[in-house]
Amino acid sequence: MDFGPHLILAILEGAVGASVLALTALGLSLVFGVMRVVNVAHGEFFMLGAVIAWFVATTIAGHPAVGFLAALVIAPLIAGGIAVVVDRLVLKQVTYDPEATIVGTIGVLYILQQSALMIYGPEARPVEPPFSHRIALPWIEWGENGLGFYFPWGLSTTSYKLFVIVAAITILLTFWLVMSRTRIGLIMRATQLDRETALAFGIPVQRVYSIVFGFGAALAALAAVLIVPIQQAHYLMGHDPLLLSFIVVIIGGLGSVRGTVVAALLIGMSDGIISVFLSPTLSKIIATLLVALVLVFRPQGLYGKKMA
Amino acid sequence: MTKRLQTSRRTLLKRAGAGALVASSPLLGRFASAQSAAPIKIGFQQHSTGIGAAYGRWYGRTTDAAVNLINEAGGINGRPVEIIAEDDGTDPKRGAEVVEKFANQHNCDVAFGTLFSHVVIGSAPAAGEQKLPYFVVSEGHHVASGALNRYTLQPGITDVKSQVQAMAPYVAENLGKKVTMIFPDFAFGHDHRDFFTAAIEAQGGEVLEHIAVPPAETSFTKYFPKIPRDTEVLYHVMVGPAVLTFVKELGEFFGPSSPAIFGFIDSLEAVDLASPGLEFLEGTYFWEGNPRYAQDDQTSYDKNFRAAVGVDENGASVSDASDVSTYAHMFGCWETLHIIKAGMESAGYQGPEDRQKLIEATEAMSEMEESDAHPQGPKVFNGKTHQAFGVQYISRVENGRLVKVHTTSIEDTMYPDEVDYTTQSF
Repeated sequence: MDFGPHLILAILEGAVGASVLALTALGLSLVFGVMRVVNVAHGEFFMLGAVIAWFVATTIAGHPAVGFLAALVIAPLIAGGIAVVVDRLVLKQVTYDPEATIVGTIGVLYILQQSALMIYGPEARPVEPPFSHRIALPWIEWGENGLGFYFPWGLSTTSYKLFVIVAAITILLTFWLVMSRTRIGLIMRATQLDRETALAFGIPVQRVYSIVFGFGAALAALAAVLIVPIQQAHYLMGHDPLLLSFIVVIIGGLGSVRGTVVAALLIGMSDGIISVFLSPTLSKIIATLLVALVLVFRPQGLYGKKMA
Repeated sequence: MTKRLQTSRRTLLKRAGAGALVASSPLLGRFASAQSAAPIKIGFQQHSTGIGAAYGRWYGRTTDAAVNLINEAGGINGRPVEIIAEDDGTDPKRGAEVVEKFANQHNCDVAFGTLFSHVVIGSAPAAGEQKLPYFVVSEGHHVASGALNRYTLQPGITDVKSQVQAMAPYVAENLGKKVTMIFPDFAFGHDHRDFFTAAIEAQGGEVLEHIAVPPAETSFTKYFPKIPRDTEVLYHVMVGPAVLTFVKELGEFFGPSSPAIFGFIDSLEAVDLASPGLEFLEGTYFWEGNPRYAQDDQTSYDKNFRAAVGVDENGASVSDASDVSTYAHMFGCWETLHIIKAGMESAGYQGPEDRQKLIEATEAMSEMEESDAHPQGPKVFNGKTHQAFGVQYISRVENGRLVKVHTTSIEDTMYPDEVDYTTQSF
């Protein structure tokens, strides 16, 4: 493949990966920012989203778009609901102690994963995309007749992949609006800034915690619903998103929305481009190396604030 | 009040004498080893979870069907067969643990059923140490290559080396000589890489590019730009939970201008050919170990096999048409169990002390007729290399069905011995 078309393909693949990663990592970052809880079970909420999407899509007959749209609403709600229960039953009981919550969420990780194995089974199952057309992309080249368009071999994407990118951008913008312009966003930011003062001003911190934990899980589930028509639902699929989300959140700065999005773009795109041109293993090595460098030279992350 | 347990010299002598009498009694010895109704225990190393789960499910169903049939016909040496299934998670380390568990905890007579090559390679040393006959159903070349041990046999399914060697002439003659290979990056895929490359070169062809994909990969488009533009034949073989994504993305990548495509059905085992996005496979070719769709010239053996396992003529479960089987591989479990039965009967197998006799009896086997015990086709077993050889099928996708277009001979699949396990000590 020529270099130009090859690069465009790599960027497109990277953009799809980065979009989904941004949503997933945002959930993790939000939970840490507001609650100071490291949610190790975050990847399992991603998996739950995909698995629930499969159940919803196969239960609802008719055009695949109907099932998909239903999944887009139902899967995050259920995953969020489960997360609220986890918050009440586990995190609250250990009074959000940082070490205890890590151990607690590891337990939740296994409970969710093995429950999915028991109920959903070990197979990978596809969800039909609401629409998917192959779009061949043109490329410009200086030919005998001057500048001309042609369609290089293999340079294509699908309408659904483009939709994933657009949907992720829309969700990210909505998230930003909610955080910066609404009352619930204000309350979350207040709790994040200073828990005691927020409590003194009558903010029901416990309820905010439940909502935030559920919201974080719902974001992961939403990302999974978007990706499942491309990748299929599988009970072990939560592992990679968890790892990559941690990488993104550490690089971006724990709790920083802007940092999370920038780092997701960086990691997602570099993963796409490096793995196309060189090797997928190398891209993982570079991402991990980046984490190490950030931890050494800028422990608070790219956009994080230094902790007192 | 507690009673003190004290053995006097007199009682000790009495007991010892009685014990010696019992132990030396010829009658009792004969009784202990005589036919009992105790079942023959076959440890089934099953990929219930992990990347091999779809295979594990169907290997399980085939195994159950074969054992039911064997038990209905009177079992082995008059004893019923009991399957003890343990999940190995398609993981080599757990595989070795499972084999040890079979030998020490369950007291199995033999172990059987492993598919994924890395699990076989990881587990075989444990079977050798435990001196437990280990009948694998894997396709990997590692048995015949001599890398394993005398306790490991593969009598019920052919290996990759013989499969690809038989495919290369057809590919070179009918599809093209410039090949690009995409394969999973572990032992099984490396067998494909090494042996098909050699086989196509022997036909005057060449492999332009080898593209290795990690077996746990979930997105594949990024690998496809490495396919050279002048590729005439794309050779694909993929395993794992994401095979459907792999084939779909392949179609999206090529669009209308694809080279000829030759795949191993592994890329679509347990996947419905009618899945959306697979329309581009129309007219492409597949190796099949056993034709998934019932063919016009279907044998009665294949018919009986399908009925026993519960597979319809499209290769899917009779109770759920969307539950597609791993038809090209699972016959191996059926045939292997029948070989274990034949081997135990000719060895007069009584219990674990006869394990060596069982291996020797299996090594002595040679030709196996196409029959209800061997529904995939006739086979020749090579006792020296512990590997079976059999016919291979090439099918073409026509109207969304796989239609058999070529059947190789057994001779096409033969290659010189690389090991003689019979010279190894037990």
